[in-house]
Amino acid sequence: MSVLVNKQSRVLVQGFTGSEGTFHAGQMIEYGTNVVGGVTPGKGGTEHLGKPVFNTVADAVKHTGADVSVIFVPPAFAADAIMEAAAAGIGVIVCITEGIPTLDMVKVKEYLSSRNSRLVGPNCPGVITPGEAKVGIMPGFIHQQGRVGIVSRSGTLTYEAVDQLTKAGLGQTTAIGIGGDPIIGTTTRDAVELLMSDDKTEGIVMIGEIGGGMEAEAAYWIKEHGTKPVVGFIAGATAPKGRTMGHAGAIIGGKSDTAEAKKAILRECGIHVVDSPADIGKRMLELLK
Amino acid sequence: MNLHEFQGKQILSRYGVSVPFGIVAESPAKAVEAAKEVQAKTGLDRWAVKAQIHAGGRGKGGGVKIAKTLEEVELYADQIIGMMLVTPQTSAEGKLVRKVLVEQNIFYPGPSPVSEIYMSILMNRAKGRNMIMYSTRGGMDIEKVAEETPDLIFTEEIDPKVGLQGFQARQIAFNLGLSGDAYKEMVKFVFSLYKAFESSDASLFEINPVIKAADDRIFAADAKVTIDNNALYRHTDIAAMRDLHEEDPIEVEASRFDLNFVKLDGNVGCMVNGAGLAMATMDMIKMSGGEPANFLDVGGTANAKRVEEAFRIILKDPNVKAILVNIFGGIVRCDRVAQGIVDAYNNIGAINVPIIVRLQGTNAAEGKALIDQSGLKVFSAIKLQEAAELVNEVLKA
Repeated sequence: MSVLVNKQSRVLVQGFTGSEGTFHAGQMIEYGTNVVGGVTPGKGGTEHLGKPVFNTVADAVKHTGADVSVIFVPPAFAADAIMEAAAAGIGVIVCITEGIPTLDMVKVKEYLSSRNSRLVGPNCPGVITPGEAKVGIMPGFIHQQGRVGIVSRSGTLTYEAVDQLTKAGLGQTTAIGIGGDPIIGTTTRDAVELLMSDDKTEGIVMIGEIGGGMEAEAAYWIKEHGTKPVVGFIAGATAPKGRTMGHAGAIIGGKSDTAEAKKAILRECGIHVVDSPADIGKRMLELLK
Repeated sequence: MNLHEFQGKQILSRYGVSVPFGIVAESPAKAVEAAKEVQAKTGLDRWAVKAQIHAGGRGKGGGVKIAKTLEEVELYADQIIGMMLVTPQTSAEGKLVRKVLVEQNIFYPGPSPVSEIYMSILMNRAKGRNMIMYSTRGGMDIEKVAEETPDLIFTEEIDPKVGLQGFQARQIAFNLGLSGDAYKEMVKFVFSLYKAFESSDASLFEINPVIKAADDRIFAADAKVTIDNNALYRHTDIAAMRDLHEEDPIEVEASRFDLNFVKLDGNVGCMVNGAGLAMATMDMIKMSGGEPANFLDVGGTANAKRVEEAFRIILKDPNVKAILVNIFGGIVRCDRVAQGIVDAYNNIGAINVPIIVRLQGTNAAEGKALIDQSGLKVFSAIKLQEAAELVNEVLKA
């Protein structure tokens, strides 16, 4: 088993014929992901990377049975693309786009609240189930089918954790990059819940950062319902207050936003917190021995 | 993006929020002219002279004065323009004041007492909704109010499906203890303020204080306005309000090369791809006995040109005793980054601080070989732990 995406996933690429979409869709196909087609308004009826192009997501779903969508649409149009995917009944929508206005995401969140679609992102590396499906921009080769699930707000820091788990011989079930924006679809807690109920996942790596209350919320859930060991890392112990550190969501406002406060809550909830990012793989190996 | 008070007030007034009438001046003579115009327009002979910098607490540092005569306007403008204004929100050396806002004084006499109110609009991230936060204790540090009298802080959450509703605006006015004309004015004020917030893609409005004047009119007496950077493309007029003087010159230069840079006070510079990994690298520097000198995300396309610019920017800081480069190659190939480092080293010349390079991911081994064979004084590592140990050794040496 795995979560969100697997070999059976029928993946649609929104923003298929643009430069980002073309490059990453090519990489996804090469990895073995079942990409069934793409959407670029106005280019319907043509073919790209050997796959059909459609004008609308609804059209694409009708002809291909797509159930997962990955979005590479520019920020000004990305909110619209997410809602289009949800309206067409896509179950898992992965939005890679960085730089979507926050008030657009407020509308998207409201729109999704009454529909059955799950959004991952935006501003995220995507989701990968090693050996089955890569839906995003992560380097496929560092992953290995295995025993540990990952949830993370960051891109390259996730790769770091993946790499350590691969080298420790543990591998990954599914790695979920939830994104660094203030408003995102799938939260840390949502992703942890999914991984907790996945048979194959034996342990979970939870990577957070300063800003917001998502890690604390996940930690309290784990304290109540957790059945597997969780290794936690929170980036930004040395970040100054009031400055945005790269991600729009990574900013220390109040006291509960700091790395120290978050780590304290995680520890209190039974999560194995590592202070150095270099220790993530090692700690998980100890726990799963 | 942060705005000056006068710019924030321009945006507010576009949407019908009443603000004190005022004019910006860059010299004492212009301040006097502005004061005359304010007097002609409002009939009032008292003025507020307010320093325009991107920091709160200006009054505490002597950046806000009430003038009773035109001579005083000139005197205060002369004192404030050109001063290094130190407030609780600036650095110890303060910020250079280039402009003052000369405004009508809203503490004019009238039939009812003047009161100061706090009001802000911001995002409740957990719920993904905007909320209006307000308090009867205006004109004070809101964090202090939250600590001392949390029951005097109220919130109204806005449902994005229907927007701000009338009952919510009325609730706000009632909770603020207003009645009669002041109550009606406040309801209007709240609606206009929320409209301004949404229409300008703001991420924060903080109006502290909102003044209920002696004639029951409601004014935004101050305006701290932050606009969502991601939405500036659809507000070119607001984007044009950016004041580069208010930003760190090194950070401005970095942004020209699409480098995301934040200056810090430590002794170890760093260059990383990805914001999360950059923060984690800073934390690791601290654990290795150093202090991070900066945050620097070179982004997804860490090519030779950007690597070179990143080095130049980090090296401007004389406190930097070592530089840690941490690249996890995904789409970015490590051998290309390594070539960029070698080229930068040769182009810049005479780099006297040790450089530790950790390359991992795509073509990491090729990258490390390139660095090892270059003959440069660069320490290379593949594992994160090795890099941390090298930082520690270099600092001890």
